[in-house]
Amino acid sequence: MSPARRTALGLAATLLLAGIAAPLLPRWAGFLVTIAIAKALVALGLLLLMRTGLVSFGQGLYFAIGAYAAGVGADALEFTDAVPMVLLGAAAAGLVALVLGLLLARYRTIFFAMLSLAFSMILYGLLVQSSALGSTDGFNVAARTVFGLDVASPVGRFGVYGLAALVAFVGAVGIDRYLRSHLGRLAPAIRDNELRVEYMGASVRNVVHLHLVMAAVLAGAGGALTALAVGHVDPETAYWTTSGEFVFVAILSGTSSVAAPFAGALILELLRSFAYEHAPNTWQLVVGSVMLAVILFLPEGLWSVFRKRRRAAA
Amino acid sequence: MDTLVAVLVDGIIYASWLFIIAAGLTIVYGVMRILNMAHGSLYALGAYAAASLAGAWLRAGYAPMGSYAVLVLAALLVGVVVGPLVERGLLRFCYGRDEVVLVLVTYALFLILEDLIKLVWGVESYFVSEPYGLLGNVEFGPLSYPVYSAVMVVAAVVVGLALRWGIYGTRQGKLLVAVIHDREVSAALGINVNRIFLVTFALGTTLAALGGALTAPTVSVVPGMGVEVIVLAFAVVVIGGLGSMPGAAIGSLIVGLVRSSAVHWMPQVELFSIYLVMALVLAFRPRGLFVAVEARKI
Repeated sequence: MSPARRTALGLAATLLLAGIAAPLLPRWAGFLVTIAIAKALVALGLLLLMRTGLVSFGQGLYFAIGAYAAGVGADALEFTDAVPMVLLGAAAAGLVALVLGLLLARYRTIFFAMLSLAFSMILYGLLVQSSALGSTDGFNVAARTVFGLDVASPVGRFGVYGLAALVAFVGAVGIDRYLRSHLGRLAPAIRDNELRVEYMGASVRNVVHLHLVMAAVLAGAGGALTALAVGHVDPETAYWTTSGEFVFVAILSGTSSVAAPFAGALILELLRSFAYEHAPNTWQLVVGSVMLAVILFLPEGLWSVFRKRRRAAA
Repeated sequence: MDTLVAVLVDGIIYASWLFIIAAGLTIVYGVMRILNMAHGSLYALGAYAAASLAGAWLRAGYAPMGSYAVLVLAALLVGVVVGPLVERGLLRFCYGRDEVVLVLVTYALFLILEDLIKLVWGVESYFVSEPYGLLGNVEFGPLSYPVYSAVMVVAAVVVGLALRWGIYGTRQGKLLVAVIHDREVSAALGINVNRIFLVTFALGTTLAALGGALTAPTVSVVPGMGVEVIVLAFAVVVIGGLGSMPGAAIGSLIVGLVRSSAVHWMPQVELFSIYLVMALVLAFRPRGLFVAVEARKI
């Protein structure tokens, strides 16, 4: 079985499992998983960028645009179903990345990180000032239906959860397929040596631009799903600490598998909910220490532990 | 006209504060190639240390005028204790790694320090406003400014001149410049690069802490106060050019004036005007306004 098919089957099995588990999970756990999936989507985009050798400290920009676009879709365009709201969020984020990418695609290393951070802070400043979008308070977002199912109905109750799982499945399989394609294989080549890639006849800037847009679409979908799950959006989604959290998930997961961000985000959310309960003032301490440990001792991320074991067993 | 004066004066006061902090950030980057995301936390540490020590000094009934020395002392204390601790305990294991990895390491450090501060000082806010009010106000045309703001400007000028003299006028400074230009050749020539790194990081920490210590009397010292400072300092050093000391000075002035103009004339753009300037500078002069194009090393 090809690795691509194995990954797709594994993800499909996880999706099925998530579907079966839905009614059994208590409400808080369903919410937690939904949020984890939404954040994992952003981290999945970061995975793509990190494979290309770029770390963005501004994914909060696209996350916030996705969330706000979903909300605006509900308010101004009178969407009542969650599906078009998520699509709108993803499209809006992708469009912004398409424009900003004209500039961002020329930057590397810390300059890329700083410029993406600057852009997200500009959006934060704009959102805080715009009273039409609720300034610092943000506004409420709600979908009445998901796939036409009423969210108050016994099945529709799991609508946002199911939608998140489905988007995650499509996103993960899509990115996995992409990374195994000719274009996708350019990513590590660009990270290793851009000059060689140019000599081979590929345009580094175009590939980077494409990856920026793909990462933004994923982040936008994640933002829209978060807005629907929480029922609220606020400017904090664009603040640099939000972007930092996504970077944390991406570092924790590593870039070796498209499934890793989902595991990483789930770990983060579980850690957070327990830390909030028992030691609210040491939450960042735990996150920071875990991040340091991963960078120093597991530079390929937590997922690499499974890899090594599998290789050792084989 | 009055508004113009107010914009200029406010801008310069704000720029002075920024310069002290950004100078520390830029020197650490220039020498060690570390873009220190924990710089804001070191700033907050300085503010907490200053609030505690100056508070204790005043409560003990010593001369209130001495509290200014206590503020500076608190910053020095943070610099010589926390700086080497972080450099020896963590950063030295990461030298030679990618600049982006070091950004991530210092980001993790930022998260850790934020909570350590909460564990040591708790989550309530601290006030030590006596040094602020002690000097009274000065009339500046129709405007009234606290004299303490002038202290901030003087401090920034002193810091700037001291750094200039220290880097270009002393033997140690010349060694530092050599390390900035080429770490490996410097080491080969017998310069103790590790010691230079240690001293540089302690100096950067002291400057961040000094920025915090001098701010402590003017604000309430609360958890999270360093979070915004770090992105502001980033904006300054990016505008001036990473690693450039004159760049940090000009960058502070630009950011200070942009912010005070925004506050007085277009308050709705205040929050993002600085980042807009930062993005514009990055778009047209990605290495900053004051950094020469670096020759490619083989």
